[in-house]
Order: sequence, then structure tokens, then C-alpha cells
Amino acid sequence: METLLSNQDLQAIGLTLRLASVVTLILLIAGTPIAWWLARTRSWWKGPIGAVVALPLVLPPSVLGFYLLLVMGPEGPIGHLTQALDLGTLPFTFGGLVIASVLYSLPFMVQPLQTAFEAIGDGPLEVAATLRASPLDAFFSVAVPLAAPGFLTACILTFAHTVGEFGVVLMIGGNLPGTTRVASVQIYDHVEALEYAQAHRLAAAMLLFSFLVLLALYLWRPNPKKG
Amino acid sequence: MGTIEARFHLERPGFTLDVDLTLPPKGVTALFGHSGSGKTTLLRCIAGLERTPGGYLAVCGDVWQDGSRWLPPHRRPLGYVFQDASLFPHLSVMGNLRYGMRRVGAVHRVDLDYAIDLLGIAHLVDRKPDRLSGGERQRVAIARALAVSPRVLLMDEPLAALDLKRKKEILPYIERLHDELEIPVLYVSHSPDEVARLADHLVLMDDGAAAAAGPLQETLARLDLPLIFADDAGVVLDTVVAEHDDDTLLTRLDFPGGNIRVARRPEALGRRLRCRVHARDVSLALTRAEHTSILNILPAAVVDLAGTDSRAHVLVRLQMKGTPLLARITRYSRDQLGLHNGLEVWAQIKAVALLD
Repeated sequence: METLLSNQDLQAIGLTLRLASVVTLILLIAGTPIAWWLARTRSWWKGPIGAVVALPLVLPPSVLGFYLLLVMGPEGPIGHLTQALDLGTLPFTFGGLVIASVLYSLPFMVQPLQTAFEAIGDGPLEVAATLRASPLDAFFSVAVPLAAPGFLTACILTFAHTVGEFGVVLMIGGNLPGTTRVASVQIYDHVEALEYAQAHRLAAAMLLFSFLVLLALYLWRPNPKKG
Repeated sequence: MGTIEARFHLERPGFTLDVDLTLPPKGVTALFGHSGSGKTTLLRCIAGLERTPGGYLAVCGDVWQDGSRWLPPHRRPLGYVFQDASLFPHLSVMGNLRYGMRRVGAVHRVDLDYAIDLLGIAHLVDRKPDRLSGGERQRVAIARALAVSPRVLLMDEPLAALDLKRKKEILPYIERLHDELEIPVLYVSHSPDEVARLADHLVLMDDGAAAAAGPLQETLARLDLPLIFADDAGVVLDTVVAEHDDDTLLTRLDFPGGNIRVARRPEALGRRLRCRVHARDVSLALTRAEHTSILNILPAAVVDLAGTDSRAHVLVRLQMKGTPLLARITRYSRDQLGLHNGLEVWAQIKAVALLD
């Protein structure tokens, strides 16, 4: 063991960061409209949709993984679709991992954004409307800048949560080096193989990373007194 | 030139707005009433911030909404000044001023410079809103609303969130708007003093409906409305500073139908000055009192009498050669003096509130 982390470890870390980046980007685009809708709607559907978005917070990852496996597997509806499109099936691929992680990390993007949008209220948007800004214009020129801290929080939480997930990854991704074997699974492998020293180094790296991310989050959180 | 025609019906839990108004296309129209009377809601309907199916709104000939169409707020060429400081905190003062101006399409630089000058905010343009005082913020908000070259300016109690000192600081600027703007201004207020000082026309809002609408002086002198004003019933005199007397330290103010004298004013001769005369500060006599400390005793004719919210009092409407005046006296005094329509009396004005 000449280096601190083995090539396999580094590969797992690289894969983890790639997965977290892709998931964060997808959720930023997909989660923002959901959060905006949840923050501003007076529809009856707000409750049920909000509950579905929050579901991954309380659900055991294995439950989500199990159903995703069924739906995306060869006999599931999405599985049929992907096979018909000659894409094969999604489980045990990087793509399948991304889809599972997007669903699993959804509340970590949507909820901070929803809170930030709700804090803005109707006022600034009405002001923008009386200054000739269309709703879409007002969203980008007023709501997004005012919710910037919320965007930062949401992205950091989503990224960190994706890095830290294990159960869903194991069920959907399996354990294929370079494709689905992320850092958390790699640690599991090391422990299974009784390679405690390697498990230690990777685990310590994850611990340090998670702490630094959360530290940054708490240090940067702006003063809530003045909006 | 057309007028502003507004017909709205809006149902809210525990509140109904139902108005059908024709407002003048020029000058300041005050929407006056207690909180909950619907004056802010009416302003929001005009701005399109409240959806009012079946409503009708035409501004100087352009239909903004009727049965078949509804212009969203951002398509209505209006300026809106909100009650609280509504500046965007993430933009500088200049960023705020340019926000709307950039979105109206055509080049309106002249209007922006004009607005900055009119509101006296040139020295503030580089600051962030959180570095401004409440009065300065409201002046920037007014300039920002003017910079979009609106067809009508809507102001929702722009002074309500300010303390007395800030109010005094900003009122002269709003008066300048009154003097210089060609566009109509709809001004929501629950302060009789603000209305008396700024308005040319008055819409009295009560319980979601317009209880009265018309020119300020005329409307204030109506006897069927003082219940809304309660103790604040009174008229506004539009006067001109006519003479300063440095011996007596008094200033004479002329108005159509007479003149009054008040303590020496700083204003130059010829300046227009509005003052309020509360009905409770006017007493009546059948003969001109000779030995009295009351300075202003004017001949007037009784035009009408009406009851008030207090059973012991009546309200008397008087005319001083065309200028109306209200007096609040007791029922007992009315009977003692034998007041009836057409009777010539002397109105003794105990106090004149100068609006500055």
C-alpha cells in the first residue's frame, strides 16, 4: 500500500462526485419548478404533492430501491419502455443510479427552495409586475436573486446527501467498479473483506468531506434578520 | 381626454367590494376611508393585482379589462407605490429605478432624470436600499414608479409607514407631483390631513362601496357623510397668502367668499395655502360679536342642517359666497338661535389648521 488511497478507492470517489454533480444539476432544474409551485399554489394538490416529495425523508432506502427495481427491471413499465427503445434495462447502470438518486434526494432540493420562495412572499413579485416584469421575468430577476441563499443551501444539501447514500445505490446500482460502485459501497466492500485500514482511510475522507460541507453551510448561512 | 371608469365586484370572506366610479383624468383623487373600507383593494383591482371577473376598467379611453379581456398587471401602463418600502433589496437605488424603465421598451432616460430630480434623490443612486431612511426609500419608490412613464399613478398610503418627521420630509415631494404631473394620481389614505392637503377629488370608501365621490371641497361639505369622518368633519379652504402684517404678526389669507387671519406665516405673498376648518371649531351667532377674542368672524348663510353621530349635536352647512363651511353645534343652540335654511348668521372660526 504505497499510496493513501488505492486506485479503486479513487475510482469510487470519482464516481461518487460525478453522480452527485449530475444529480444536483438535474434536481436544480427539475426541483425548482416543483418548489416554486409548492410555495405559491393554493391548490388542494399542494398537500399530497408535498407529501410525495417528502416521502424519501422517512422511507427506508430499500423500499424505494425495491420499487425502482421492479419498475425499471425487465418486467416493469419503465423496463419495457427502455427495452423497446433498445436501451436495455436501467438497474445496475450509471443511468439507473442517477434516476434513483434524483428521487431519493428530491426533498433535499425542493424543501429548502420552497422555504426560500415562501419567505419572499407575494410582495416583491407584485412590485415587479407593476414595473412591467412578466411572471417569468420576475422569477429570474427578483425571486432567484432573493432566494440565492436557499439555492446554495439546497444544492449543497442535495450534493452531500447524494454522496452519502448507500441503500438505494446498493439495490439499484449493485456493485460494479467504475459504473456503480460509489464510495459508500466501496467502504462496505472493504469492511466485508476485513480491509479495515483501507475502510478507515476512505471513511475518514468521507467524514471530513461531510463535515466541511456542513461547516461551510452553517458559516455561509446569511443573517436571517434582514431579507 | 377621457376619464377613468372602474366597475368592480369582488367577494372575499367577510368582505365585498362593489364600486362603479368615474374618476377625473387629471389631479389627485384621494380614496379615503377607514381600514377595511376597501380602498386598498380597489387600488389593487385597478392595478390588476386582484382578479375581478366581470369587472370593467378603462383609463383615458383604453380598456384594460372588460367581460372578454383582462390585461395582467405587467401589461397595464401604471405606476404603483406600495405602502411599505418595496425596493428590491438586491439592487442599488439606480438598479431599482432602472428595473421598470428597462422593461417599458422605448428610451425613457429623460423621464428617469426628471423623476430623480423631482424626488430629490440624485445623491442616493449608488446606495443600497438598506442604507436609506424610510422617507428616502419611499421617495425612491415613487421615482421608480414614475420612471415607467405611467398613464396613471397609484399610491397606496405611501406615508402610512413613516413617522411624523419623515412624513413632513416627503409631503412636499408629493405636492410637487400634484403640481407638475400631467397624469392622474389615485392616492389611498386614511389621514384626513393628507387628503385635505393633497387631493383635488375625493372618493369616500365605506364598507366596500364608494359612499361619495366628487370635488374635494364640495364632497367634504356634504352633510350625509360626516359619519365617516366622525370628529374630523370639516372643510378645506383653498387660500392665497394676501397680506403680512408685521405689527400684529398676522397673515391674511384670501379665499373666494372671504378672508381669514392667522398667525404670521413664512410663505411669500401669492403662495397658495390650504387650510382645514373643523366643524367642531366653528360656532354660530346671530349678531356679530363685538368684544371677543375670536379673530375670524365671517358672514354666512345656513344652507342645510343634519344630525350627527351624537344625539346632542347637529351639523350645519353654511355658504360664504360660494365657499362651503361646516359647523357642529348642539341641538339646544340650534333651537335657541332658531336656525333654519336661508338664515344669515355669523360664523366664528376658533381654529384654522394650516396644512404644512
